Amino acid sequence: MRKKNPAWANVYMALLLLLLYLPVLVVVLFSFNSNPGRTANFLFEGFSLQWYESLFDPATGYGEPLRTSLMLALWSVLLSAALGTLGAIGLTRRPLRRRLLARAGSAALSFGEQVAVLPIMVPELVLGIALMALFTLMGLPFGMVTLVLSHVVFCVPYIFITVKGRLANLDPALEEAARDLGASPMQALYTITLPLALPAVVSGCLLAFAMSMDDFVISFFVNGPTTNTLPLKIYSSVKVGVPPHVNALCTLMLAVVFLVVAISQLYSARVNRRRQVQASGGARI
Amino acid sequence: MPKPRMDARPQASREAWAFPMLLYAALFVGLSLLYILGLSFMSRGTGYTAGLPLGGHNYARIASPLYLRSLLLSLRLAFFTALFCLLLGYPFAYFMARASARARTWLMLLLIVPFWTNALIRIYGWKILLSASGPINQALLTAGLIERPLRLLYTDFAVQVGMVYAMIPFMVLPVYSAVERMDWAMVEASRDLGATPLRAFLTVTLPMTLPGILAGLVLTFIPSIGLFFLSDLLGGSNTMLWGNMVHNELLKSRDLPFAAALSVVLLSLTGLVILLYRRMGGKAEGMVF
Repeated sequence: MRKKNPAWANVYMALLLLLLYLPVLVVVLFSFNSNPGRTANFLFEGFSLQWYESLFDPATGYGEPLRTSLMLALWSVLLSAALGTLGAIGLTRRPLRRRLLARAGSAALSFGEQVAVLPIMVPELVLGIALMALFTLMGLPFGMVTLVLSHVVFCVPYIFITVKGRLANLDPALEEAARDLGASPMQALYTITLPLALPAVVSGCLLAFAMSMDDFVISFFVNGPTTNTLPLKIYSSVKVGVPPHVNALCTLMLAVVFLVVAISQLYSARVNRRRQVQASGGARI
Repeated sequence: MPKPRMDARPQASREAWAFPMLLYAALFVGLSLLYILGLSFMSRGTGYTAGLPLGGHNYARIASPLYLRSLLLSLRLAFFTALFCLLLGYPFAYFMARASARARTWLMLLLIVPFWTNALIRIYGWKILLSASGPINQALLTAGLIERPLRLLYTDFAVQVGMVYAMIPFMVLPVYSAVERMDWAMVEASRDLGATPLRAFLTVTLPMTLPGILAGLVLTFIPSIGLFFLSDLLGGSNTMLWGNMVHNELLKSRDLPFAAALSVVLLSLTGLVILLYRRMGGKAEGMVF
């Protein structure tokens, strides 16, 4: 049995959350500031939507980076989902090898797997520079292609690890039952294993999408002269000063993220609750 | 009618399916990292090229007070970031794991929403908060606690605050999943056998949640060394972290081999930390939740 938290524990959690949200709240508050002058980020004078208007003004130029970022994230996630899911299928529950050559092959695969998940641990800065150097060596022009290639590098491990974790926890008897009932290995994979792994693929993709939309460091090194992603655009406007329309942009992004995360969390909480109900109902049979 | 399978081998090997991913990783992760290792022993050419002579001269250049001080500063900052994240994040994760299911859903939501938004945005909020005429200084002035605005922004302090802030979810999440998986019966047993709550925590809970703590320490320590944009935005002109050094060498001095050597140093440090993590029983899977 778990014990309940003491009251001061709740106070502590509330305080830490308050601290986590303080900068966010400041950004949201100042996005509605009616102060138009140079002190717009420090003196709150009243409510206005002027910064939202200036944000959507084409002259401010956020439309193109937003489109670039969305396209980039979409392509990177699609490619990484394919690579990562196939990789997870290939590397889960590998048969034991006895012959020397086969054992060597097996060891090579394990090493390859380590390399594939390396981007999670290698500092982004190093990866960014390494990719930039490699693209220069290969003579690839910097632009959307190099951006997608680089984002796939760090998106694959998230999808691979999430899907592999799910596959490893599946009961192998399920697939064997399908095989015993006459399904070919492929059929068993498509009709049993993949549908069961789908939630993991989706959550891996969501994580990868967020990572891609958020990535600044790697994009910074591999972007081209004509491509500009949203984080790069934010960086360049924040670096020179504190333009108040960034507050409006941040507030909008926060609202979107909050909605998406809230919906997915509430959904998964409901699924879990239903599963628990089913489990307790099933126990009586 | 299909014959029932009697053989012990459960399923056909599907290892070939992993080839596209492994090939991709070999090319863009393996080869690119080996390439900068090679580059770091070369000399600077014109523009972004590298050439002969080969040698360890880039590394000799790193062994100077300027770079060593920057390395020390970065390591110190990363160390304190990991430490503060642990001290602040562990209690949060612990209490969160003990909250009711509904409360956990909401706490998790509240914790990860800022973490899913752009890191630059969150840092931007701190820039407003800490600035000379910003809310913190104004509040202190109004309260009469200070007479002149404190210089908070563009200091090492600001960088430290920003880093702890940016990294804390990476501590809370692994610790939370470790506490959640923990068998509370063990804690009960130690209490029944006469341990005080503190002793039960130190001898049972803490060792059982150690995998989460280790993963959290690695996840907060490593990125902190390389976050150059954070010190760019919050730090002063003399807060030259290792990441800033690499960034400057590459984009301002355009010295690719030297930037490569600086990256290799960073990479070796990372490798060392991960080796330590593995030695203590950590797994790569502990890094993703």
